[in-house]
Amino acid sequence: MNQTIVSYLSQYEFYDVLLNLFGNNQGLLAFAIYLIVALVVVGFCATVGGLGTYAERKISADLQARMGPNRVGPYGLLQFLADGVKMLTKEDIMPYTADKFLFYLAPLLALVGVFATLAVLPWSSGFMMADLNVGVFYLIAISSLVGLAVFLGGYASNSKWSMLGGMRGASQIISYEIPVTLSVLAITLLAGGMSFGTILSHQEGTIVNWFIFHNPFAFIAFFVYGIGAMAETNRAPFDLPEAESELVSGYHTEYTGLRFGFFALAEYIEVFVVCGVGTALFLGGGNLPFNISIDIIPTQFAQVVIFVTKTCLLYYVVIWARWTLPRLRVDQLMSVCWKYLTPIAIFNLVGCAIWLVMFNGKSLADLVFGSH
Amino acid sequence: MTPAQFDGLMPIVILMGIAVVMFFGGHFLTVLLSPKKPSHLKSMPYECGEIPVGSAWSSFNIRFYVVGLIFIIFDVESVLMFPVAAIFRELVDMGHGGYALIIFLSFISVLLEGIGYCWKKGDLDWVKSYQVSLKNNK
Repeated sequence: MNQTIVSYLSQYEFYDVLLNLFGNNQGLLAFAIYLIVALVVVGFCATVGGLGTYAERKISADLQARMGPNRVGPYGLLQFLADGVKMLTKEDIMPYTADKFLFYLAPLLALVGVFATLAVLPWSSGFMMADLNVGVFYLIAISSLVGLAVFLGGYASNSKWSMLGGMRGASQIISYEIPVTLSVLAITLLAGGMSFGTILSHQEGTIVNWFIFHNPFAFIAFFVYGIGAMAETNRAPFDLPEAESELVSGYHTEYTGLRFGFFALAEYIEVFVVCGVGTALFLGGGNLPFNISIDIIPTQFAQVVIFVTKTCLLYYVVIWARWTLPRLRVDQLMSVCWKYLTPIAIFNLVGCAIWLVMFNGKSLADLVFGSH
Repeated sequence: MTPAQFDGLMPIVILMGIAVVMFFGGHFLTVLLSPKKPSHLKSMPYECGEIPVGSAWSSFNIRFYVVGLIFIIFDVESVLMFPVAAIFRELVDMGHGGYALIIFLSFISVLLEGIGYCWKKGDLDWVKSYQVSLKNNK
C-alpha cells in the first residue's frame, strides 16, 4: 500500500506522457513532481503562518474588545504582507559581540526544521509528501531542530536577555518533549505502527473510531499532547523563552528584520504543524465525524479541506489560550512538566497497553455498541 | 527503477532545500533593499539602554544542566520503547499479548523508577532546597 504522490500519479496515463517529456528518467520526473508539490505546500503553509499572525492579532483584539488590524486590504487581511515587506527593508543589525556564524545559522535551522516536518504531515489519506514508516518518530526527531535553533539564537547573540531566553527555551522544549513523545507512543501502540498512513487508516469511519475516543486513556493523552505541544512551540501560557514583560524579547532580542521574520514564520508554521499532527493522531485526520459519502467533490480533496478545517480549529484554541491564561513561572513550568504531565503520560501509556491486551485491541465503542 | 524508490527521502531533501533557498534569497533581497548605516552604538548588545558590562557567556544556573541530564535519560528510554509500541498490536493479535505486556511494563517500570528517584532527590524541583538534599543523603 503506497500512498505518496508519485505512485498515485503513476496510475494515470498522463504520467507516461510526462515520463516521455523527461526522457524516461523517473528520478528526474519524481524530483520535478515533488518540487512542484513542495512549493505548493510551502506556499500554503507560509500563507497560513502569515495569516496566523493576522488571526492572532484579530482574535486578541476581539477578546479585548478592540478593532485589531483593519487598514491594509479588506478587513486588514493583507497586514502580514505589509509586515513582511517592512521586515525586508529593515537594516540588518548584528551585535559586535555575537558569534557571527551561529547568529546566521540559527534562523536557518529553525526554518529547515519546520519545513522538514511538512513532509510527513498527512493532508489526506492519499496526499502525504512522504509516508515514512517511521512517520511520527521522524516528526518528533526533526522538530527538535527548532529547539536547537532557539538555543543557538539565544547563545550566539551574546546578549544577556537572549542568553536567558535561549536557556529557558532549551530547557522548556526538551522537558516538554517527554510528555509529547509518551502521548504519541500511546497512539503508536493503538495504531500498531508509526506511519501516518497506518494511524489514519485505523480512524476511518465515524467519530467513535477516532483515537481520542478509543479509550479513556487516549482521551487524556490528547490533552497531555495539547499542553506539551503548546509548550514546545513556545506559545503562551508557556512563552517564557520570549516573555516580553521580563526578557524584552527573549532569544530573538538581537534579531532584526528578515532574520526575526524567519523566526516568527517558523514559529507560526510550527504551531500549524503541531495542530495538524494532533488532528491526525487523535481527531481522525481528514475523516468526517459522521458517515456520509461525498460524491460531488473528489474524496482526497474533501479530506484535505476537512483536515485543514480541524487544524484551524485547534489553531484557534491555541490562540485563544494565549489571550486567556497568564504566563507560568519557570519553577511552575518545570513542575507541571515533570511532576504532572510526565507521570500522567506514563499512566496513559500503561493504560493503553493494558486496554489493548484486556480487550484484544477493541475500542470503547466496539465494546459498547458491539463489535463489527 | 519504480517510482516507489523515490518515495522516501526525496521530498524531505527538497523541502530542506526550499528552506535554504528561501533563507539565502531573503538575505539577498535584504541586501538590495535595506539601508546600511552601521554604528558602534547600534550594534551594541541590547540592555535597555545601559552600556553592557561583561559578556553574556558566563557561568549559568546548574539546574538547566540537570534538566538536560534528566531529559536524555527519558528521551533514550522513550526512543527504545517506539519499536516495541509499533509491534505491540501485532503481538496482541497473535495471542502473545500477556507476555508482551509484562515485558513492556517491566521496561516502563525502569522509567518510573528513574522519575521516582529524581523526584525523591529533589531534582524535579526548580529551586532545590539544601534541606532536601541533606535529608536524602543521610
